[in-house]
Amino acid sequence: MGKRFTCHKISEGRAEAQAIVSKDHIMFYLIDPATGTVIEKAHDLEGRSIAHKALIFPGGKGSSVVQADGLYQLNQRENSPAAMIIEHPETVLVSSAIIMEVPMVDRVDPAFYETVKDGDRIVVDADQGIIEILEETEDSK
Amino acid sequence: MQLTQHQQDMLDGKYGKGAAYAMKIQAAIGESFGAERMVPITRAHVALSNQEADLWFAEKMLAGGAKCRVIPTVNPGFCLEFFKNRDMVAPEYADLMQRTHNAYKALGAQLSYNCTPYIDTNVPNYREVIAFSESSATPYANAVWGARTNREGANSALCAAITGCVPEYGLLLDENRKGDILVEIQADVKNDFDYHIIGMLGKKIGEGIPVFTGFPKETITKEALRNLGAQLNTSGAYGMYHIVGVTPEAPDLGTALGGKAPKRTVVITNEDKEAILKEISLEGSRTIDFAMFGCPHFTLEEVKYIAEKLEGKKLKKEMWILTSSHVKEMAVRMGFDRIITDAGGFIVPDSCPDQPCWRHLTGKVGITESPKCAYYPQRRGIHFVIRDLDTCIEAALTGEVK
Repeated sequence: MGKRFTCHKISEGRAEAQAIVSKDHIMFYLIDPATGTVIEKAHDLEGRSIAHKALIFPGGKGSSVVQADGLYQLNQRENSPAAMIIEHPETVLVSSAIIMEVPMVDRVDPAFYETVKDGDRIVVDADQGIIEILEETEDSK
Repeated sequence: MQLTQHQQDMLDGKYGKGAAYAMKIQAAIGESFGAERMVPITRAHVALSNQEADLWFAEKMLAGGAKCRVIPTVNPGFCLEFFKNRDMVAPEYADLMQRTHNAYKALGAQLSYNCTPYIDTNVPNYREVIAFSESSATPYANAVWGARTNREGANSALCAAITGCVPEYGLLLDENRKGDILVEIQADVKNDFDYHIIGMLGKKIGEGIPVFTGFPKETITKEALRNLGAQLNTSGAYGMYHIVGVTPEAPDLGTALGGKAPKRTVVITNEDKEAILKEISLEGSRTIDFAMFGCPHFTLEEVKYIAEKLEGKKLKKEMWILTSSHVKEMAVRMGFDRIITDAGGFIVPDSCPDQPCWRHLTGKVGITESPKCAYYPQRRGIHFVIRDLDTCIEAALTGEVK
């Protein structure tokens, strides 16, 4: 069993996925729905895809409508993040995650942030309030 | 979370599926933020976007029989009459706008199509509990009017309009409205454009509630405050701010900070302004194809200012000025519309720069005074030089920006 950390449920659900860590706030509207690739200039994740990943990020930014549409478009093409781990939740992103049914958690044990590395396979279980970093496998290297 | 009998009945479906779904979403939001109860609202503003997700959600509510208990004002999509008559919009997008119009009409919204309700169409009172989405509207309602709203999304604001209540957390509570970042403006601030640029420094200001000092009083106009809030929410996510000695919950620095020391102090200099402008704008010294203003919607005063600059002149490039239908009507009555039309420009009501009605601008280079206007249409292949309003007007007259 891997290392487990507590967290707090925002949007229900459970997902196992590869972690992707963003230092910058996320604007879902500037992510290409067809590929999940971040197209925002000078963004920490510019050129990388968040599709099917467990997205670890500080918070959302940008207009109150386009976040929902960005996530919706990703959802329609099955390129949403598998789960979201957020430090500073705000209503716009929280309501988008709930409506689009993407698991989302916050208030994660601070040790998680020191341990998790980009590319780790993790389980985000919002319902149980647990994040688990799985043992490293060949696939995740 | 404790619900009243009425709220519980709504959640249980006694008022229809739509209202139950709205309440379910709001209860989940409330629980994720630790709200203890739902409280009634007296106003709402829904940032209708005329995008697929927006229409999907509105139609889903409508199919569930939802009706707004509190009549919300709504954001712009695009003016069907204007753009259809000029054959500027593809039929499928005209259809999308028509369906959006029909859905919100049936839900009982006020079809204001204006993103500055805090100036034009839906002005809250001090301490009024409301549900405002639209990024420039939330901070204006909280900071300038002292009303109380969280930074609602378009969806959650529509839910609130339908249920007539919101979960009580965040900016609805006294203790969460205090500032925690001291932002000292040492940069030159001369006009509304400077507020656009300073608002874009969200990354430097950081997460929290800014308390601004150093804005010269005579520069603090409704347009300046509109710009500041709009751009703070383009570069970050801010539901509230204070300006010491100006906004109602900041009579002095101590009160604005709630008697505590700020968690950080940020100094904004001319170098910060220059650096951010360079980062967000295309380079100057080029020809431009068009000018666009009104993101957020321009006021009557701004329309008047442009009209005075254009009187008797001819624009070399297209100029689009986006306003509320009210400002458009006043501009017609007062003769500004005629002056601008004679110069070759357009005052367009009910419309937003980030809409499919601008397809003829794809691949072109515009000029605007609003970073937000430049930010969102990137996705449509429309790019902008960002300069102050006078430079923009000059560029539209000469066809180039120095």
